[in-house]
Amino acid sequence: MKYLDEFRDPVIAKRILSEIHEITTQPWVIMEICGGQTHSIIRNGIDQVLPKEIELVHGPGCPVCVTPLEIIDQAIEIAGRPDVIFTSFGDMLRVPGSHKDLFMVRSEGGDVRTVFSPLESLKIARENPDKEVVFFAVGFETTAPGNAMAVAQAAREGLTNFSELVSHVLVPPAMEALLSSPVNRVQGYLAAGHVCTVMGWDEYTPIAEKYKVPIVITGFEPMDVLIGILHTVKQLEAGTHVVENCYARIVEEGGNLPARKLIQEVFCISDRKWRGIGEIPMSGFRISDKYAAYDAELKFSVSDIKTEEPEACISGVILQGLKKPHECPAFGKECTPQSPLGATMVSSEGACAAYFKYQRILDI
Amino acid sequence: MDFPEALSCPVPILSHDTVQLAHGAGGKLSNEMIDKIFLPRFTNKTLEKMEDQAILENPGGRIAFSTDTFVVDPIFFPGGDIGDLAINGTVNDVAMSGAQPKYMSVGFILEEGLPFETLHRVVLSMEAAAKLAGVQIVAGDTKVVNRGSCDKLFINTTGIGFVPDGVNISASNLTAGDKIILSGTLADHGMAVMTTREGLSFQSTVESDTAGLNHLVKDMLAVSLDIHALRDPTRGGLATSLNEFAMASNVGIQLYGDNIPVREDVRGACEILGIDPLYVANEGKLVAVVSADIASDMLSAMQANPLGKDSVIVGEVTNKHPGIVALRTGLGGNRIVDMPIGEQLPRIC
Repeated sequence: MKYLDEFRDPVIAKRILSEIHEITTQPWVIMEICGGQTHSIIRNGIDQVLPKEIELVHGPGCPVCVTPLEIIDQAIEIAGRPDVIFTSFGDMLRVPGSHKDLFMVRSEGGDVRTVFSPLESLKIARENPDKEVVFFAVGFETTAPGNAMAVAQAAREGLTNFSELVSHVLVPPAMEALLSSPVNRVQGYLAAGHVCTVMGWDEYTPIAEKYKVPIVITGFEPMDVLIGILHTVKQLEAGTHVVENCYARIVEEGGNLPARKLIQEVFCISDRKWRGIGEIPMSGFRISDKYAAYDAELKFSVSDIKTEEPEACISGVILQGLKKPHECPAFGKECTPQSPLGATMVSSEGACAAYFKYQRILDI
Repeated sequence: MDFPEALSCPVPILSHDTVQLAHGAGGKLSNEMIDKIFLPRFTNKTLEKMEDQAILENPGGRIAFSTDTFVVDPIFFPGGDIGDLAINGTVNDVAMSGAQPKYMSVGFILEEGLPFETLHRVVLSMEAAAKLAGVQIVAGDTKVVNRGSCDKLFINTTGIGFVPDGVNISASNLTAGDKIILSGTLADHGMAVMTTREGLSFQSTVESDTAGLNHLVKDMLAVSLDIHALRDPTRGGLATSLNEFAMASNVGIQLYGDNIPVREDVRGACEILGIDPLYVANEGKLVAVVSADIASDMLSAMQANPLGKDSVIVGEVTNKHPGIVALRTGLGGNRIVDMPIGEQLPRIC
C-alpha cells in the first residue's frame, strides 16, 4: 500500500535501529504521547529491539484510556433513555463506567449505535426527527475538527435533535502537567503526529525551552517511530532541546488552518478531568456558549453525575513512568483487561494491558 | 446457449408475494411454500418421502456431527449470502474432523413479510453450495415469527459425515516441531460483511471467501491421514483458532509475521478501520497442523486445489511459552497474539 509499505520496510527499519544502538551511550526515558504510537511499538515489537538503555514510557495519549469515569457514567445515563439514539466510535462502547458499559446499555434495550464519523450521527438525526441523537465526542485535537464540523453543520441546518457529549482533551497541558511534577522522569517526547497535523507545533516550542526537553513530532509506522526515537536520542546525547518535525510528509508548522478555525468557532478551552491523572486546568475543549444548545451535558442535565476513580488504581503513577504496572497490588488480580479498574488497563494500548500480555511471556 | 441461473430459474408463483404467519402454521400455505420453494431445490429420495424424520444408512465407524446457526447481517454481501454461508459453515465444521459431510438438516426462522423472492434467492444459493459439497439436505423445518421478532431470516444447519478409519484430528494433538499451514488469505469474509454494513461510507471491492472445504480436506488426507489438527478460522479469526490449539495441546505457537497472506484491498480496509486481520472471520479457509516431515508434501497438495492455491506455512509449534501464540515481527521483535476479549471494534485513532 502506497505511503504505508515504504514506512514498514524491515531492511531500512533495521538500519535506523542500528544507528540508534550506535549513538546511545547512557540511559534515557522517552515518552511516546499517542496511543497510536504505543500500538505501533507493541505491534512491531520495537520496545524489544531497542538498546536496553532506552526506556519507553507509554503516555496519556489514548483517548479511550483518559476519558474520565464520570463522563462514561454520563454517557450511560443518556444512552439508556428511551427517546435517545446514542452514537459513538466503536471502541468507547467497551469502556466500563462505574457499573456497566455501553454494550450493556444496548443489551438492556438502549439504542446505541457505532458510527465511523460524527457526520453519520448527523444523518441519523435528520432521519429520526422524533429522537434525540447524541454523539460521544471524545478524543484529542485530532478528532476535534470533525466533531466541531458536525455541530456547526447541525446549527446551519437548524437541526434541534442533535447534540454531542464532549470529552475533548489537549496534549500540551498534559505534557506540562507531567513535566512539572517533582517526580518526573521523562527526558524526551515523541509528540503525536496526528495532533500536530491539526494544531501545528507552535505550542510545543515554549515547553521544550522551559523544561529543557527535546520534542520530536513523530508518525505511526515502525520507521516513523524509529526515526522519532533516533532524533530524540540524538538530541538527548547532544544536550539539545528543540522541537523537530519528523513527520514532515503530513505535518506543517501552522497545522491545518481551516480545521483550527472551525475548532475555535465551536469549542472553547476548559478545565478537564483525565482518567488516572485528575483535573488539569485548561486541558480540554467544551462546546462554546454560542453552541450550547448542542451540548448534551447541558441538554440532558447530567453535569451532576460525579464519579471518583477507584482508590486501588495507580494508573496516574504508571502514566508518569514512576511505577511499572506489575508493581501495582491490583495488577492481574482485581484489575485485568476483562474487568479493568483504571485507564491503563482499559485500552489494549494502555501500559497495564500491554504488560498483562507481556508478563506472561517474560516469565518463560 | 447458456442462460444465467436467475433467468432459467424464476421465482415460483405463489399465492402471496411475502411470507405470512400462516406459512408457518402447518396448513395449506405451509405446504405450498415447501412444495414450491424448498422441495424443488433440495430434492433427494430421503427428503421426498416427507416423513417426520430422515432414515439414513449407517456405513459403520465414527460419525462427525455439527450444528451452526446463521444470523449474518446483511443477508446478501459481496461474494455470497446467508444461504451458501449456512451450507458451507456446517460442511466445514464437519470436514474439520476429516469426515466428508453426507447429510444435512436445514431449519429456517422467517420474519413475517419477508419477500419470497429473497427467500428463493437464498434457497438457490443453498442448493448450489450443497451440490458443490456433495451433501444431501434430508430434513428441514420452517417457522415464521412476527415482524420484528427476527431480522429477515435466520438459518440453522446440522450436518453429519463419517470419519475415515485412521484419522484422528484434534486441537489437543499439537507437538513441538509441527508446522502450521494456512490455506489462503485472511479476513476476506469479515471485511466483506463489515464494509457492506450500513454506516461505512467507503466503497469496497472486498469479497467473502465463503466456500465448502471438504474436497480440500479430502486432497489433504490423500497425502497423509496423520493430520494433527484442523480448523476453519471463522469468528475470532486465525488468532482464536491458534490460541485454542495452543491451550488444548499446552504448547506454544510461533508465527512468522511476514508470511501471513492478506489481500491488498482487505489490508486497506483493515488499516482504515484499525482492525487486525488475524482476528477477522474467514469462511473458506482452514489452518492445518502437521508434523514437519510431511509439511511440504501437504503444502503442495493444498496448493494444487483451487481453494488452497495460496496456501503457505505460517508458523510452527514450540515447547517454549506453552499456551501462548507469539508473532515474530519484521523487525525481529515478538508480540503476543492473544485471544480477543470481545468483538473487534474500530479504534478512534
